[in-house]
Amino acid sequence: MKISATVTLKKEVLDPQGKVVSQTLKNMGYDSIVNVRQGKYFDIELNENDKEKAKKIAEEICKKLLTNVVIEDYTIDLK
Amino acid sequence: MKSSVIVFPGSNCDRDVAVALEKFQIKNQMVWHDEINLPKSDLVVLPGGFSYGDYLRTGCIASKSRIINDVIKHAKNGGLVLGICNGFQILIETGLLSGVLLRNKKLRFLSKNVFLKVINVDNKFCLNYKKKDIIELPIAHNEGNYFASKEQIKKLEDKNLVAFKYCSEKGNINKSTNPNGSSNNIAGILNDQKNILGIMPHPERLIDPLLAGEDGSLMFKSLIKSL
Repeated sequence: MKISATVTLKKEVLDPQGKVVSQTLKNMGYDSIVNVRQGKYFDIELNENDKEKAKKIAEEICKKLLTNVVIEDYTIDLK
Repeated sequence: MKSSVIVFPGSNCDRDVAVALEKFQIKNQMVWHDEINLPKSDLVVLPGGFSYGDYLRTGCIASKSRIINDVIKHAKNGGLVLGICNGFQILIETGLLSGVLLRNKKLRFLSKNVFLKVINVDNKFCLNYKKKDIIELPIAHNEGNYFASKEQIKKLEDKNLVAFKYCSEKGNINKSTNPNGSSNNIAGILNDQKNILGIMPHPERLIDPLLAGEDGSLMFKSLIKSL
């Protein structure tokens, strides 16, 4: 089973890289840009066919390794 | 006194800290991150550097390495643990110290000398300093911006767990003397039991007059005195 996880900084945490990207896009003439937040994306291949079990494993690895729950949020997508 | 310096792939201050420990007659051993058993030690040092190339988050991968289980055991049993720079970041990722270290506010890698005020001298790392002493140590980091929730910062301050704060040469603590954006100018913190210290500046780099100063020596002298 394939799983994807997206990790982003929590809304209240300053994201300097996102800010720079946002400013650069505005400088390039994209006036409609309001805000950009930068994150990380993980493609995970899992040897597990049970959807529920796979989701549980994905939750666990997100909490234990892929995110620092103090400052980051994650979303999981099962394919 | 016996110490162990844990070496990770990408550590680059491990030898500097070993030289400092040995200078003060602390019997040191280098321990590779992949070892399972920690040799008998009074002090464990997590050195500065870029363990695992700072992949994922600074200190993150190192905090899951095999030796860390024994380091956590050592810490929970009251053993001394000193994390310098990347070592501080690793301690944060293991959960032994609270909060997080974000990227420097101005997004620049900082490499310069800074002034620090010693806030807590009631711990084994700072016995030889006097409260409110102003010392000078080098910093060299990209992620040293200490951040925690307001409640956590208040807890650190109330329980007197902040060991060092960035200040001016005269000891003023304010925004202009904050190099990286850390909450309350925090440069180093202790755990509740005060046997673990995480610090961004590098005491091991100022241990000899030939290296332009000795302000770091007092920390190593404190450690010997503590036993």
